[in-house]
Amino acid sequence: MTDSAIREISFSQAIYEAMALAMEADERVILMGEDIGVYGGAFQVTGDLVHRFGPERVIDTPISELGGAGVAVGAALTGMRPIFEFQFSDFATLAMEQIVNQAAKMRYMLGGEVSVPVIMRLPCGSGSGAAAQHSQSLEAWFAHVPGLKVIEPTTPYDAKGMLLAALEQNDPVLIFEHKLLYKMKGHVPEGHYTVPIGPSETRRQGKDVTIVATAIMVARALEAAVILEGENIDVEVIDLRTLRPMDTESIIASVKRTSRLLCVYEGVKTLGIGAEISAAIVESDAFGFLDAPVIRLGGQECPIPYSPGLERASVPQVDDIVRCARDLVRRKI
Amino acid sequence: MDTISNEASNLNNNLSRMANVPEAYRYFTLDQLKGALKKMYLIRRFEEEAEDSYQRGLTYGTMHLSIGQEASAVGICMPLSNADYITSTHRGHGHCIAKGAEPGKMFAEFFGKETGYCRGRGGSMHIADVTTGNLGANGIVGGGIPIAVGAALSIKHQKKNAVAVCFFGDGANNEGSFHESLNMASIWKLPVVFVCENNQYGMSTSIERSTSVKNIADRAVSYSMPGITVDGNSFSDVASASVEAVARAKSGEGPTLIECLTYRTRGHSRSDRNRYRTKEEIDAWAARDPIPRFEGELLNFGILNETMIAEVREAAEREIQSALEFAKSSPDPDPLQVANFVYSS
Repeated sequence: MTDSAIREISFSQAIYEAMALAMEADERVILMGEDIGVYGGAFQVTGDLVHRFGPERVIDTPISELGGAGVAVGAALTGMRPIFEFQFSDFATLAMEQIVNQAAKMRYMLGGEVSVPVIMRLPCGSGSGAAAQHSQSLEAWFAHVPGLKVIEPTTPYDAKGMLLAALEQNDPVLIFEHKLLYKMKGHVPEGHYTVPIGPSETRRQGKDVTIVATAIMVARALEAAVILEGENIDVEVIDLRTLRPMDTESIIASVKRTSRLLCVYEGVKTLGIGAEISAAIVESDAFGFLDAPVIRLGGQECPIPYSPGLERASVPQVDDIVRCARDLVRRKI
Repeated sequence: MDTISNEASNLNNNLSRMANVPEAYRYFTLDQLKGALKKMYLIRRFEEEAEDSYQRGLTYGTMHLSIGQEASAVGICMPLSNADYITSTHRGHGHCIAKGAEPGKMFAEFFGKETGYCRGRGGSMHIADVTTGNLGANGIVGGGIPIAVGAALSIKHQKKNAVAVCFFGDGANNEGSFHESLNMASIWKLPVVFVCENNQYGMSTSIERSTSVKNIADRAVSYSMPGITVDGNSFSDVASASVEAVARAKSGEGPTLIECLTYRTRGHSRSDRNRYRTKEEIDAWAARDPIPRFEGELLNFGILNETMIAEVREAAEREIQSALEFAKSSPDPDPLQVANFVYSS
């Protein structure tokens, strides 16, 4: 085995590497965002790219989320390939107009005459003590909008491959990056490769319960699966990876095998990702295979609190997943 | 203007000796000026026909007419080519025609036809013609402003000799996107021309009631760029300001804010019952209609005679009639194709 084959780097280094490769290969790729230059980005993802590619291509914007996102949209519309970093995904609320009314709709409104190949990177999620305005998981909001593609990689391998795949798209792609994943290490090949946008990935095969999870919840579901294995509960874990377009086909196939479904996601439970996945099952022929009601395990119906105990209580933890999976195998329709 | 006037002025050597002839008439060729007059007729007649279709119940949705504002659309676009971009507004028919769009495809879009600029998906508020550099009208007040700055960023990166012109109304000058965009265009010295068509009202709210500065051009000071207020109903004043701002942008000196003082003689949209302005005010502005003013200047300065003006007017009318015919006889979009064009792949 060569060094490259076993090389492990972090999730944030994987994103860095994808951006560097893209910038080397294509002059049209530019980075925009707040403090992404000499500061290296709030989460140190852009790192030293400004020294490698210069301030003309690694552009520190003023603190102007709406305007900055709009400039990225306009540049994408006219031949550039901007990657726009929101410092926190929460700040995308300031730019909803450009994301939802402009980027998402422009191609359709103009009858297919234009495309908007903009990529937006959005660090999301709780677990860092940053409280209510720096910890949200709003990806379901954006996944509700036709015209956007919304992805949420959970491994360093996918973080690099899906960003490089996004750069081959001609549509706006929003990448939600859970902040707790940035330091996670994993195998990442050197050089260029892509991981397709759309298909989910089964991270663990099992026969008793299907868990569909997103972002950090994939890691927690895999941890829960080990505990449940000790109780003879065999869990299948599907990493959704792409919210729009959603790979319902794989979920349906899995539920037909396990007859039980648990959806685990960090965003607020009500009207969230779990509702969509549950509906996909209910609307499909997997419905007849269900041996127990579907369980949605999402964030609490409150903002993300500050105090560590409260913060943990506000989003699903490994114990919660274990408890829900046990419930599922005991309950019968 | 003096530095660039010799590059295109071949209209009439006598004109340059007449001290009171506005610069624009010396700068542009006879054909360019005839083209400008024709575009003003096309815009006026397009919108009159649009209004007529509504009143007869032949069209759907809403529309925002720019009748009375034609000089600003046409004047600003005078120094532009297809390589230059514009972004437009909900009141965008004029900008579209001024930038070179075909009235037939515009009417077709207006009537929701498959042959329209947006294949019937956009309607009046989203007409675009990317072949002429028109990145589109926009239903969101201020929505196009950062997009124009992004287009200018592309121009700079791609090292093109072009500009992005951003049209917006007085209402947009109180949107955050306006302020964020002017700031970014200035710090990055981008080739943008910001054009505020101040028609005095954001829907029903007057600029006196909505805006803290007397002239919207005064906002430019905050962003270290030139701000100029011009008579937006004077073709020559607008065109001169545009020539200067475009030259400045192309030479790398950065953006300019041009405020065109103008007036929409029609209401904001179909729902407008005109409760916020007086008949006297409307009549006073109608007396400053930009089209007769332009015709008058062309005659007075001996650029066109009555016969030539009539020929231009008739050519525009023929184009409008055949455009209407094309649109009316065009097919509706296929409902089965409703979800096409959302994604490119």
